[in-house]
Amino acid sequence: MSKPLVSVRDLTVEFVGNRRAHALDKISFDLQPGEVLGLLGESGSGKSVTLRTLLRLHPQRTTRISGSMEVDGTDVLALQGRELEAYRGGTVSMVFQEPGLAFDSVYTIGQQITEAIRAHEAVDHRTAMQRALQMLERVQIPQARRRYDAYPHELSGGMRQRAMIALALACKPKLLLADEPTTALDATVQIQILLLLRELQKETGMSVIFVTHDIGAAVEVADKIAVMYGGRIVEENSVAGIVHSPRHPYTAGLLASTVSTENRGKPLLAVPGSPPDLSALPPGCSFAPRCSNAQQQCTREQPKVISLNGERLACWNPVLPLLKEEAVATA
Amino acid sequence: MKQETVNLASTDRGGPAQPLLMIKDLKKYFPVRGELFQRERKFVHAVDGVSFSVAKGKTLGIVGESGCGKSTTARLIARLVTPDSGSMIFDGEGVAEFGGIEFKEFRRNLQMVFQDSFASLNPRLTISETVAYGPQAHGVSKAQATERAHSLLARVGLRPEQFASRYPHELSGGQRQRVNIARALAFEPRLVILDEAVAALDKSVQAQVLNLLQELKAEHDLTYLFISHDLHVVHYISDEVMVMYMGQVVEMGPVEDIYGNSRHPYTRALLSAVPSMDPAKRTQHTPLSGDPPNPINPPSGCRFRERCPHAEAVCAAQIPALMAAQGNLAHTVACHMNDPQSAHTQTLMEVAA
Repeated sequence: MSKPLVSVRDLTVEFVGNRRAHALDKISFDLQPGEVLGLLGESGSGKSVTLRTLLRLHPQRTTRISGSMEVDGTDVLALQGRELEAYRGGTVSMVFQEPGLAFDSVYTIGQQITEAIRAHEAVDHRTAMQRALQMLERVQIPQARRRYDAYPHELSGGMRQRAMIALALACKPKLLLADEPTTALDATVQIQILLLLRELQKETGMSVIFVTHDIGAAVEVADKIAVMYGGRIVEENSVAGIVHSPRHPYTAGLLASTVSTENRGKPLLAVPGSPPDLSALPPGCSFAPRCSNAQQQCTREQPKVISLNGERLACWNPVLPLLKEEAVATA
Repeated sequence: MKQETVNLASTDRGGPAQPLLMIKDLKKYFPVRGELFQRERKFVHAVDGVSFSVAKGKTLGIVGESGCGKSTTARLIARLVTPDSGSMIFDGEGVAEFGGIEFKEFRRNLQMVFQDSFASLNPRLTISETVAYGPQAHGVSKAQATERAHSLLARVGLRPEQFASRYPHELSGGQRQRVNIARALAFEPRLVILDEAVAALDKSVQAQVLNLLQELKAEHDLTYLFISHDLHVVHYISDEVMVMYMGQVVEMGPVEDIYGNSRHPYTRALLSAVPSMDPAKRTQHTPLSGDPPNPINPPSGCRFRERCPHAEAVCAAQIPALMAAQGNLAHTVACHMNDPQSAHTQTLMEVAA
């Protein structure tokens, strides 16, 4: 296998401001060039924190980060000053959930994209403008020339998200981080943006980390899915594997509680309880208090991550065991 | 104790055959602040001639994109916003004639649960006080109201001994939404309007709240008006579905007809925009391009025509009326292709094939 583009090892993030919170607990994952990873989880599971840590967006004073992160051969945690600036937006860029808040409201869309290009590449203003215009056309904004001079508030939500994608891709990043890019949009617009992202990914061959709480959206764009819970990755597998044969009880519960056409009229198989408090995580598996498979071992010891053929699982009593010996042990 | 609480519950008047709520030609235009010295005042056509009825004990789901007027419709029904025109009949009585005490009665019969569970709770009241507050305002003694609040909290899954004295910020989103539901039920209402009530919740918690809503509906003989943009959830909970586009109803009918046999091109597009759960069957092309048009200047004729793949000259010239779809009086569609008398060259059956 080729060298992965992104390689995260034992990444731990702790916020030590007024309130302490263990946002991420030893997460590790690899991403090959051109691969799309979907990070799936509920609010507070650490999916957005992972993205922000990859861009080093957390204030240094109140954040403690340990572990290692390597993107395209550079150690992200060691980057400083100019190098960090070039890395953000150059190698890696991000699409935020609220494009209305991510854009500066006093500059036009076009000015902001042009500025981003000139900040990263030594090109003159005219060339940068041309490139910005091309980008706007590429994300299928109708009447791109007119929209170039539009202020963010003059665009609809879907248009603004397209402009955001144009801005993120303007400097040809190798990795695109998408933080719930379609959550704030209507269903008809959401599917347009998802298809656009898929198309652009194929065209440019970039890698994408796509964060979402909606399995449906993840299935539309991702190659593999990592399920997060309480700041840990509990299961990782190909999209088909996650959807058709979930192993972790949390993944299984999430799929069972998804409202679909089949379960009309029947009560939903809901996961009881609510997501854990990150400032007071239980000593064992963080899902144990809500888990129907939980046994004594689950509340005492954190499950080890086992991996096999690209699949990973962290559970003492999975619904569908990953290893043979384990099946014997639980039987 | 029972007698006191029973007096909050109102009795059924018209029998089961009479719809609980009948809305006719409801309209609301919001004025827009225009440019200085501008002659003409502009209006957002938020709700433009909406008519429907909700049968007793049923759930009507209202779906549509943001800005289509679903929430405004809910607020008009609850009289949080006064309609410009239109009539509303609640179990046989015209709501517009209500005043004073009768109006207070009507509000008691109709309760609402909002999307933002935090903003809709008073941060300075404990949740037991919140739930007991309304009945007290309606003359129930404090002790009785509190007792009833505790039993309601227990019913929605919040143990009173553990939760009753907590404040909203000490609860999670799902728990807060349970408090909102308990508060709505404290009046023993007959109609509950759920305005995106589960939209802000995590998927696993959303399923819990949906189950709770279904159980409570059966226990209390409730009628729901369920507003959501999530088509799966509406399909799950509704008996009838109404699809809105830019302040107007484009299609309405029993849930099986809307989901299994939708007629309006907009409904079809909306349904095919739902992400598939199967990686082998990914969506290949977008069903609709563009965003909804500006509600200040809606297109003439059919408001959907600019995004509709089947639009013809007649669509710009005439406003399609809501008519029964072929052979099914319960299922109504506002589309020229549904009307054989219109000049449209295609019919819905041809388009579907």
